[in-house]
Amino acid sequence: MPEITYFSPDGTQTTLDARDGDSVMETAVKNGVKGIVAECGGACACATCHVYVDEAFTDAVGEPGDLEDDMLDGTAAERLPNSRLSCQLKMNPALNGLTVRIAPKQI
Amino acid sequence: MDGRILIIGAGQAGMQIAVTLRDEGFAGEVTIVGDEAYGPYQRPPLSKAYLAGNSDVESLELRAEHFYTDQAIEMVTGETIVDVRLGEPGSSDAGIATAASGRTFEFDRLAITPGSTPRRLPIEGADLGGVLYLRSLADADALKKRWTAAENLVVIGGGFIGLEVAAAARTAGKTVTVIEVADRLMARAVSSTTSEFYHGAHERRGTRVVLEAQLARIVGDAGQVTGVELAGAGAAKGEFIPADIVMVGIGVIARGELADKLGLDNINGAIVVNEYAETSDPRIVAAGDAVLLPHPLGHDGQVRLESVQNAVDQAKVAAKTLIGIREVHRAVPWFWSDQGDLKLQIAGLSTGFDQIVERGSQESEKFSVLYYRDGRLLAIDAVNDPIDYIAVRRALDTGAEIPAELAADSSVALKTLITSREA
Ligand SMILES: Cc1cc2nc3c(=O)[nH]c(=O)nc-3n(C[C@H](O)[C@H](O)[C@H](O)COP(=O)(O)OP(=O)(O)OC[C@H]3O[C@@H](n4cnc5c(N)ncnc54)[C@H](O)[C@@H]3O)c2cc1C
Ligand code: FES
Repeated sequence: MPEITYFSPDGTQTTLDARDGDSVMETAVKNGVKGIVAECGGACACATCHVYVDEAFTDAVGEPGDLEDDMLDGTAAERLPNSRLSCQLKMNPALNGLTVRIAPKQI
Repeated sequence: MDGRILIIGAGQAGMQIAVTLRDEGFAGEVTIVGDEAYGPYQRPPLSKAYLAGNSDVESLELRAEHFYTDQAIEMVTGETIVDVRLGEPGSSDAGIATAASGRTFEFDRLAITPGSTPRRLPIEGADLGGVLYLRSLADADALKKRWTAAENLVVIGGGFIGLEVAAAARTAGKTVTVIEVADRLMARAVSSTTSEFYHGAHERRGTRVVLEAQLARIVGDAGQVTGVELAGAGAAKGEFIPADIVMVGIGVIARGELADKLGLDNINGAIVVNEYAETSDPRIVAAGDAVLLPHPLGHDGQVRLESVQNAVDQAKVAAKTLIGIREVHRAVPWFWSDQGDLKLQIAGLSTGFDQIVERGSQESEKFSVLYYRDGRLLAIDAVNDPIDYIAVRRALDTGAEIPAELAADSSVALKTLITSREA
């Protein structure tokens, strides 16, 4: 199971084993990681699951899709080049060791 | 603060009440009782990704099982509460809820979040095998069981759920007919501009849409559905449409059984609450699909909303009320509906609009419709256009305006037009 580490806005760090195919958002929410709101449950409809992906994984995570790209323009916290909606990042073995910083403001 | 809080209904709202209680530091007992076989899960994917085979049961669950244990939230599944007795008003007597199995649950304070149930079709043949409704995971599994082998799907009702299932069935290559009694699709929720676009878009994808259609009966053989027969006037009169699956999506009604038992004010089962999510009995809060609440943006009237957003935001208010935090419910209603590759995002409530402004192009299937009343921004329908959607949602959130005369120019980004509302 690919491992993922979250840095929450309150400074806490959580490392979890993700289920292959679950998104970075789902893994966080189901386990009670603070900071990701995910109001739409992963439908790419709310922009409240905003994370900054560690640069080392830029290639591994790929580019956001068109819809995600548009939604990212509406995030509450600043959009950076490594901004992603975590519901659109599906975990797979190539992402083992992924670390993400959760955006400080989601709504 | 301690004591025992019981939440009846283990769905989107029930789960959120429990989570918010803990987030707010409530240290007493929290028990959620639900009648389904599973803990709280997401319903929206049932008519979308789940049918397409892109998600499974585990990916639908809202929280992992250990989350409830970690948070000391007792999750009871498979128990239907059939009776509730409250202690004497003003006394410290405990209330008791009784399940159909005879199991009892004592509580000091109560939340009810029973959700809603599909409106049934009162017509000949409606009890045939293959005539299906879609509310629960069990319903979705029944639908999926027939899904692969089915060639012809008839959807009765051109609302969100019916059209989502229709889109999923077309994507899977089935022959799909949508039968709608009204003269346009999604008539309760969107303007005719959006309705007409969706009508055309579904037809372009190969779905047949029959408006103003009356059903004569559902036809079957050996207990299984074989098709539907249309009634009424017009060319379609008497037409037989073959079907292996008839999906009925003609709206939902609030599950009002408990409200009746408890003598709570309700209208057609929908529990009337105030802006603190309190029912007519101040010891009981309610949230979600089953509730009739004051307009959440402070306009006149009451509304019943069937959305994840409403269930979640109202649940947060209800949880706070339970532990003595007075916070008025104020939230921008929003909703999404994914119909195949068409993403509809709605913010605000358009009821009572007197002007609409259209942006973008329907031909490219990327546009938005803004609704106004007396020049005041009410709502947006955005089709494959998250940027406009977010701009309007933000404006409504902060009580700001986007002047109608400026919004009509699609070359200007909406977010640059947001101006604070004059008093
Ligand atoms: C197929 C489908 C697609 C949807 N798509 C969208 C969408 O795209 N976007 C959106 O915003 N919303 C969507 N919704 C609506 C959304 O799921 C609901 O608005 C939301 O689930 C309401 O939450 P709730 O807690 O009020 O009810 P529910 O989530 O239904 O939970 C209520 C629970 O209480 C249980 N219960 C009732 N009575 C009792 C009793 N007496 N004892 C014990 N348990 C009881 C019920 O069985 C149920 O499990 C969709 C709904 C469906 C069915
Ligand atoms: S969870 Fe809503 S956009 Fe990711």
